[in-house]
Amino acid sequence: MALLSKKDANLILDPLADNNPITIQVLGICSALAITAELKASVVMALSVLFVLGVGNVVISLLRNVIPSKIRIIVQLVVVATLVIIVDQVLKAFAYELSKTLSVFVGLIITNCIIMGRFEAFALGNGPWKSFLDGIGNALGYGVILVIVGFFRELLGSGTLFGIPVLGDPVTKTGLYSIGYENNGFMIIPPAALIVVGIIIWVQRSRNRTLIEEA
Amino acid sequence: MGLKEKLHTFRVKNQDKKWFPVFSGFHTFLFTPNETTHNGTHIKGADDLKRTMNTVVMSLVPCLIFGMFNTGYQHYLALGEIEPVANGFFSAGFWTMDNFLLGLWKVLPLVIVSYGVGLAIEFLFCVIKKHEIEEGYLVTGMLVPLIVPVDLPLWMLAVAVAFGVVIGKEVFGGTGMNILNPALTIRAFLFFAYPTWMSGDKVWVHGAVDTAGTADAISGETVLGFLAQGRTAEMGYSLSDMFLGFIPGSIGETSTLLILLGGLFLVFSKIASWRIMLSAVIGALAMGLIFNGIVEAGWIPEYSKFYTLMSFEYWQHLLVGGLAFGIVFMATDPVTGSQTNQGKWIYGFLIGFLSVMIRVFNPGYPEGVFLAILLMNVFAPTIDHYVVRGNIKKRMKRLKTATIYPKPSDEVDALKTETA
Repeated sequence: MALLSKKDANLILDPLADNNPITIQVLGICSALAITAELKASVVMALSVLFVLGVGNVVISLLRNVIPSKIRIIVQLVVVATLVIIVDQVLKAFAYELSKTLSVFVGLIITNCIIMGRFEAFALGNGPWKSFLDGIGNALGYGVILVIVGFFRELLGSGTLFGIPVLGDPVTKTGLYSIGYENNGFMIIPPAALIVVGIIIWVQRSRNRTLIEEA
Repeated sequence: MGLKEKLHTFRVKNQDKKWFPVFSGFHTFLFTPNETTHNGTHIKGADDLKRTMNTVVMSLVPCLIFGMFNTGYQHYLALGEIEPVANGFFSAGFWTMDNFLLGLWKVLPLVIVSYGVGLAIEFLFCVIKKHEIEEGYLVTGMLVPLIVPVDLPLWMLAVAVAFGVVIGKEVFGGTGMNILNPALTIRAFLFFAYPTWMSGDKVWVHGAVDTAGTADAISGETVLGFLAQGRTAEMGYSLSDMFLGFIPGSIGETSTLLILLGGLFLVFSKIASWRIMLSAVIGALAMGLIFNGIVEAGWIPEYSKFYTLMSFEYWQHLLVGGLAFGIVFMATDPVTGSQTNQGKWIYGFLIGFLSVMIRVFNPGYPEGVFLAILLMNVFAPTIDHYVVRGNIKKRMKRLKTATIYPKPSDEVDALKTETA
């Protein structure tokens, strides 16, 4: 027997491509623009959201029958806030430099539209196992885009990947730099992320034309 | 059978081929196809898009040629091999073969790369989309080499052109659909991606980058660069130098005289809008006057880093930097500019106004024309929207007070639904 039924597997696989939270639903753009200048920050952000969304979806799903619908947003906020603070404290304790780079954006996971969106749209109406899969799937879909954007921005903007120089040394002019190549300063500023995300959206929709919205 | 008919038969025969748009592009570049109109108007003006574009390119040629001479002139002048010229526009020391050949050697590759990369992408997209070739790149390709520093590495230009044409134009649907002026998108990309090659005192004169840090180092500071640093005493350019264009700067932007001639040519051939040009000049003068006024009123201390630029005589802003070039050739782009007459006044005025404002307040780089035009490109549809709305409102008001014969109520309602 397969580990997951087909329906369950789709909960994880759909958000990776055809129902991607960033490129299709266009949620969570703010953090995608802000922290993707470095690949490392993108990966950590993706993992943080993976944790928050995975656990949060389960918690909300378990509580779904006891949350009064009038105050459900507040309850959701409490759950996210708790999880985000855990992530923030862990980062500060074990990866201080990185938490400096991510600065307020860890805290701002609270306002990431994907999280509240999944709570509202899925966890409130489904059981814990399904909600868990849904959370993992959406966080992975978010993370995939973050990593792709981070990869291109760091490679073209700084010539490094995870902080390791891959194109040579720009100061001593080795590798690609010896023939006159230079880092693209545009890639480091946030508007570049908007354009990279835009190109991903473009490529994805021209490969799968059913995704194009009716005008 | 003449060449023209042969080409036409060839055209009809190969209409469904994949490469047809490419052939068609070259064909209609030189000839008008033998096609007749099927419906609608039967008499059409000969100045179609290609002819319009060619006219603009023609008006740019003087700037290009002058830019080539100036490239050589600035280089040899900085090296100390020739004396500064002082006999007006036709000074013999400027129009020498040496100057021209060096300029040709440096500028022609920029033109070739700009056209090569840009047209290749344009052709590629037309073949994929099965469109006719859109000739919008003809003008962009000529503008781009004129608005970059002479020593810009060619591969950077190629990357920027690819970016500008794809992201600035093709994603929106090609020529006529773009929101931003593609040439300025290319320049903005270069500016943000490779700032060291687009600003500072090294890039504007050929050879200054290579010799930087050595004993033979030469400087290529622009007039605005001197002003921004408050080093007016060292500048040594006379007003006539600025007007005639014997100053360092981007390749084609220095000669205000030739830009003026190009502008007049465009106005009289009715290609570009005189409203935009005039109102942009007024806007620039207005902002310059405000700054001059602030200085005169003593509101800004002399040690302020804005002091020198602010006290720069208001009308001289038009002679230096890319302001004149931007106003004449970029702001008047019919696709990205405002469409309504009233809108054109507002649009042009704000371009001039903001250009001078950004020029003075930009801390890193004393120029702002391309930023101002790009910003106003974004606002142009909004301006038009409000102009049209205002007009509708005005006419609705007139309708209310008008005496309308036979059945007033019906018509008012019909008009209301029409204009709603």
